[in-house]
Amino acid sequence: MVSARQFCDVLKKHGFNFCTGVPCTILKDIIICLSSDTDLPYMPATREDEAMGIATGACLAGKQPVVMMQNSGLGSSINPLASLDILYRIPMLLLVSWRGYQGKDAPEHLIIGEAMLKLLDAIGVPYQIISEDNPEAAISASVRAMRERGTPAAAILRSGIVQ
Amino acid sequence: MKRYDAIRAVVRALDGNELLISSNGMISRELFTARDAPQNFYMIGSMGLASSIGLGLAISLPKAQIIVIEGDGNVLMNMGSIATIGHFAPGNLVQVVLDNECHDSTGGQPTVSSTMRLEEVARASGYRLAARVTTEAEVENVVRQSLREGPAFILVKVEKGSVKGIARVSHSPEQIKSRFQQAARTLPV
Repeated sequence: MVSARQFCDVLKKHGFNFCTGVPCTILKDIIICLSSDTDLPYMPATREDEAMGIATGACLAGKQPVVMMQNSGLGSSINPLASLDILYRIPMLLLVSWRGYQGKDAPEHLIIGEAMLKLLDAIGVPYQIISEDNPEAAISASVRAMRERGTPAAAILRSGIVQ
Repeated sequence: MKRYDAIRAVVRALDGNELLISSNGMISRELFTARDAPQNFYMIGSMGLASSIGLGLAISLPKAQIIVIEGDGNVLMNMGSIATIGHFAPGNLVQVVLDNECHDSTGGQPTVSSTMRLEEVARASGYRLAARVTTEAEVENVVRQSLREGPAFILVKVEKGSVKGIARVSHSPEQIKSRFQQAARTLPV
């Protein structure tokens, strides 16, 4: 387990300087940390696709954005991924929580929890799964993929790893 | 007023250093035809997100002036964006909404904008200026007045239908992005 502060420092160390999204319980502590962080302030959006639009504007302005969302929001992010950020090659990190992991969660999370990685594969978004022992390595690899392809890359966060 | 004439009136109010985001469909094609420039980001997909892209730019480049040009269908698809823009209230963002009460680019299917006052939603959400205009002179004047005085929401009532001879955007999405980023980097401070 790493602390939310350590995790936020990893994001900043890797160049992220703009953050928006929609909360998830799994992302709660990270968002609390960033809410008072002047280097990487968190800007709340109403929906995940709106957050991706805001992050796109930030990227066009020269920022390196991270978008946080629950995997339920990945559904509404498919169109902006396909017809905006992959199409125009707008790099950003999607920090996506993994609700419904291994089928153990509330019923509304189970289908997307099972489909999430297949959705990312289907649309061509590279991803890293963050585990207890590799948070920094997972972010480094995501940033490398994002820069090499010039497109969004995802880092997937399960419960209990960042607190 | 025709939509193309409204777009030309917006362009007349600008000095050429502003960054423009235009929504998908005919609006981007008409802006491209009226005045193609590296400062134009033609958003050819992701319907609804033009104002969100504008917000991200406005917050990140406080010295730049950002102009969003979109239709009523786009606004209705992402109404939450009005709330977020009203909250963060960037002074350098102007949102021009060309309202023809329909999805013109897909055959004129009606939207619900005819029975509501979208500009009042913007006003109630915290925009500094919210206006409804019906003539080209008003478009030009209100856009000019809104520069640096935003966020502004300018609803322009336009006719359905397109004028003839509107070209397709000839740049690839990657070209649109690259030249836009270059233009944003070299803006006069």
